[in-house]
Amino acid sequence: MLEGILLGLQTAFSIQNLLLVVAGCLIGTLIGMLPGLGPMSIIAIMIPVAITIGDPSAALILLAGVYYGAIFGGSTSSILINAPGVAGTVATSFDGYPMARQGKAGKALTIAAVSSFAGGTVGAILLMGFAPALSTVALLFHSAEYFALMVVGLSAIAAFAGTGKVAKALMMTVIGLILATVGESALFNAPRFTMGLQDLQSGFSFVTLAMALFALPEALYLVLDPKRGSSSGGSAAIKELGVTRDEIKTIAPVVGRQSIQGFLIGVMPGAGATIASFLGYAVERNIAKGADQEAFGKGSIKGLAAPETANNAACTGSFVPLLTLGIPGSGTTAILLGALIALNVNPGPRLMIDNPSIFWAVIISMYIGNVVLLILNLPLIPYIARLLTVPRNYLIPFILFFTMIGAYIGQNNATELLLLVGLGVCATILRFADYPLAPLLIGFILGGMMENNFARAVNLTDGIAFMYERPMTLALLIIGVLLIVLPAYRRRRARDLQKGVAQGD
Amino acid sequence: MALDKWIAVIFIVISLIYGYASYTYPLLPFERNMVFLPNTMPLVLSVLGIIFALIIVLTPKAKTDGEGDALGSINMSQLREYKVGQALALIGAMILYAVALRPVGFIAATTLFLVGTGWILGERKLHIMIPVALVGTGIIWFLVEQALGIFLRPLPWFLS
Repeated sequence: MLEGILLGLQTAFSIQNLLLVVAGCLIGTLIGMLPGLGPMSIIAIMIPVAITIGDPSAALILLAGVYYGAIFGGSTSSILINAPGVAGTVATSFDGYPMARQGKAGKALTIAAVSSFAGGTVGAILLMGFAPALSTVALLFHSAEYFALMVVGLSAIAAFAGTGKVAKALMMTVIGLILATVGESALFNAPRFTMGLQDLQSGFSFVTLAMALFALPEALYLVLDPKRGSSSGGSAAIKELGVTRDEIKTIAPVVGRQSIQGFLIGVMPGAGATIASFLGYAVERNIAKGADQEAFGKGSIKGLAAPETANNAACTGSFVPLLTLGIPGSGTTAILLGALIALNVNPGPRLMIDNPSIFWAVIISMYIGNVVLLILNLPLIPYIARLLTVPRNYLIPFILFFTMIGAYIGQNNATELLLLVGLGVCATILRFADYPLAPLLIGFILGGMMENNFARAVNLTDGIAFMYERPMTLALLIIGVLLIVLPAYRRRRARDLQKGVAQGD
Repeated sequence: MALDKWIAVIFIVISLIYGYASYTYPLLPFERNMVFLPNTMPLVLSVLGIIFALIIVLTPKAKTDGEGDALGSINMSQLREYKVGQALALIGAMILYAVALRPVGFIAATTLFLVGTGWILGERKLHIMIPVALVGTGIIWFLVEQALGIFLRPLPWFLS
């Protein structure tokens, strides 16, 4: 492990990679602040750039920097104008925006910067400890277990989908899996479901799909509802940057708890930064007593520190399943996984052994990224915030243009643009109907791998007996089924119980 | 019936078509004796898709906590207040851009797209919008073509 860390240090501290971390953090922060462009879309935009770099560790370092920067930039717009640019920073605006309105914008931004730094750093330390342990277990995995693991990943996503949305999330996952079957068939790569179109033979491009699912609907929403993320009154009152000693004492335990909780939530496939930030906020509000609890939602520094710490720790945590098992824990890491595959790196248990420099360089650059973010944010906050005052008449055309050019330069194919617009309109309608879109993308990315592993396992064992003969496969499949069935069962029981009480009276 | 149920109904139809296409999928001669066929998973998926879509259609509307999608929520009852016309015009502009990008060339098509969409959104100060669009286009063209080395035809068909 020490050898690996040294190798990682060597790679991460090369001039090129240091510059890439700084560039990634800067780009991520700048674009993440713009309402409507979350880490998912920014990373999707950056992928062609990353792929052209060619060196996988450099590309991953750049993308990880962008990821951190985007989450961070999202909190800036949440705090200043109550327009979370990223789902993971919605909870930040609960207390951050009230603070900004009380004239404590500077303090709020500082607390956000410091707690993100703490969350990210603790997360990276935990990642170093956890990832090797997880990956030794993962080495026992064969194609049968991989298939079962993908099933667990897909069902975990559905399980976290929120009340009344499990069926919708599952349906979206199936759509994603169906889209993944277009192109070439498993094992023998004959054309499949291409409807005779040559452009479809390589399947749907995942950059196009990611743009269509996330960036385009967001931009169209901004057009439909001008009140949403209206960019007015940006940096008017950014003063009082300092944080007092008492305030540090108040938030220290919150930061400690949320770093660990956030990391653990991030490790679970399907959870991710959004859920970590909401859970962090909810837990801290429940733990707080009396006046402290009253202050939540009205500008409490604890209420700001909790989600900020948790979402950064979760971002780091979501790299554990990605790097050690090849399972993306969130939509964003799903895009990262796609980028890795495009760079000819197969994330999974072999990554640490085959490409230790990539593995450790990424972890080391997480530390560097966190430090860079802190340095960037504290002095630059007042200036950065001015970007938010770009009028929407200029902002929206450029967002649309960036999504289109992102899809175009990936394939150099105009059909891709028509596909993008078509899929984007479908995705907007789906969002209107309250369907979650992340499961679709995760299904799409896991679909091909799942089918290939399943096909391999079936052909090796000449049937589906491996599902119950291999203990680890069986256990994983049971976990997968439980993840879907248990929440539904618990809700039904709660409902029945409620009904029973009502009738009993 | 709510929009989400209509979508589920449409998805049932899609699943049926997809299932039929998988069922009639032409197998290669040597594939016929294999255990796992290229259309095995599609068949399973079409069945699963129908099941999940039916669940959505048949279950009464459950109360959602709404917490997780505070960013994504959009109020259907306010649909009339939304600027649907603008959104549709923008989608039209994107389709035009997709069709025109190659023949018209990157620089002209992109500048026109940026100015046009700005105009649709209500921007009338062309003396600002056009230079901004030109500079933005130029920077992106330079980045993509020169820095990344991805070919984008800059000029219209009759000039290059």
